[in-house]
Amino acid sequence: MTTALTLTAAHTQALIRRLTALADDEILIAHRGGEWTGHAPILEEDIALANIAQDELGHAGLYLGLRAELDGSDPDRLAFFRTADEYTNTRLTELPRGDWAFTMIRQFLYDTFEALWLEAATRSTYAPLAAIAAKAVREEKFHVQHTALWAERLALGTPESERRTRAALNDLWPYAAQLFQPVDGEEALVAAGVLPDLSAVRARWTDLVTAHLSGTCGLTLPGTPADPAPRSVHTGHLAPLLAEMQSVARAHPDAELW
Amino acid sequence: MTAALTPGAVWQALARVPDPEIPVVSITDMGMVRDVQVQGDRVSVTFTPTFSGCPALHVIRASIEQAVRDLGVQDVTVHSTLTPPWTTDWINEDARDRLREYGIAPPAPTGDGPLIQLVAEPTRCPRCGSLNVRMTGSFGSTLCKRLYVCDSCREPFEGFKSV
Repeated sequence: MTTALTLTAAHTQALIRRLTALADDEILIAHRGGEWTGHAPILEEDIALANIAQDELGHAGLYLGLRAELDGSDPDRLAFFRTADEYTNTRLTELPRGDWAFTMIRQFLYDTFEALWLEAATRSTYAPLAAIAAKAVREEKFHVQHTALWAERLALGTPESERRTRAALNDLWPYAAQLFQPVDGEEALVAAGVLPDLSAVRARWTDLVTAHLSGTCGLTLPGTPADPAPRSVHTGHLAPLLAEMQSVARAHPDAELW
Repeated sequence: MTAALTPGAVWQALARVPDPEIPVVSITDMGMVRDVQVQGDRVSVTFTPTFSGCPALHVIRASIEQAVRDLGVQDVTVHSTLTPPWTTDWINEDARDRLREYGIAPPAPTGDGPLIQLVAEPTRCPRCGSLNVRMTGSFGSTLCKRLYVCDSCREPFEGFKSV
């Protein structure tokens, strides 16, 4: 269809940073979702969050697989042997799981971003990225459907569920802004059509999220911080999460079969 | 090996490889096998993974390799491709009937609707055929399924997601 795209060394490094950032967010939100296994309010939700976590880990595998093609890195080592200061996830995904409203609102804000980013990435000029985006977006739509419904159910439920949903949104909204922070060198990849323009994704995200949370759910959206933190800035919650997530891999660093 | 191996023989062997999570259908029924190449005594098989987080993928890959080895082939390579992405529209008619008999509602045609659809596609009860069904869980025991209850015959059942 088109001639093969040639990535410069600088492009490649920026693309690696973006793919890693995407994967890191997926790994962390999957871990937080997985923490509900055996604890969710009803059995069906236990299963749903486990399914969603499994999909997100699958997507992390796709992103890290693309990175491996660029630099020969090992996805398992990246996931299980990097420390908190090497992880590049957003703080949104590392915050403790909180209550059910916190979990569902976080997942809704995140899933909507991911679905819209992936949808835009299906038009990437970098064919391998366009291919995984076309794959993952089909799965992500189920997450958005599910968490959008939960946001509605909780916001329009009892006074208690409404109170908790409002509190969750107030807490999480400022963190969501970090999802739209470009990584170093990302602008050049956007110009080359390799990556979606985050400001365009953000405009669509804001429309969709506002229509649902404010319009359908009757919630008030809080203010957005002017200058969100870079992805190198973490809360104190990341290190303990990684300690738990990586404990088995680090105890058996030579294991070949998981 | 005496006679020369044909792609048709490889396809036949792969048609006997069950989906590890839904053993009433094979991986060819599911439309996962995209291409078979036979060059002398070398065979390469290309397959399309279903769900990206599906834990059965490595089992499927190993099963493909074993099925070809069982034909007496030593040199087997298994490639996976994501282009075009797997869709439930590739599940063949016969397999849809077997899914139904097994108690799993087959997927509806996917179409290219808007991204955010809060209303799930209509699903028929695999036991009585009624459309009077309720989704009780939007995720099921595997990534590819959802949970339903039929309000006509009262039977709980699983339905294949339309992907």
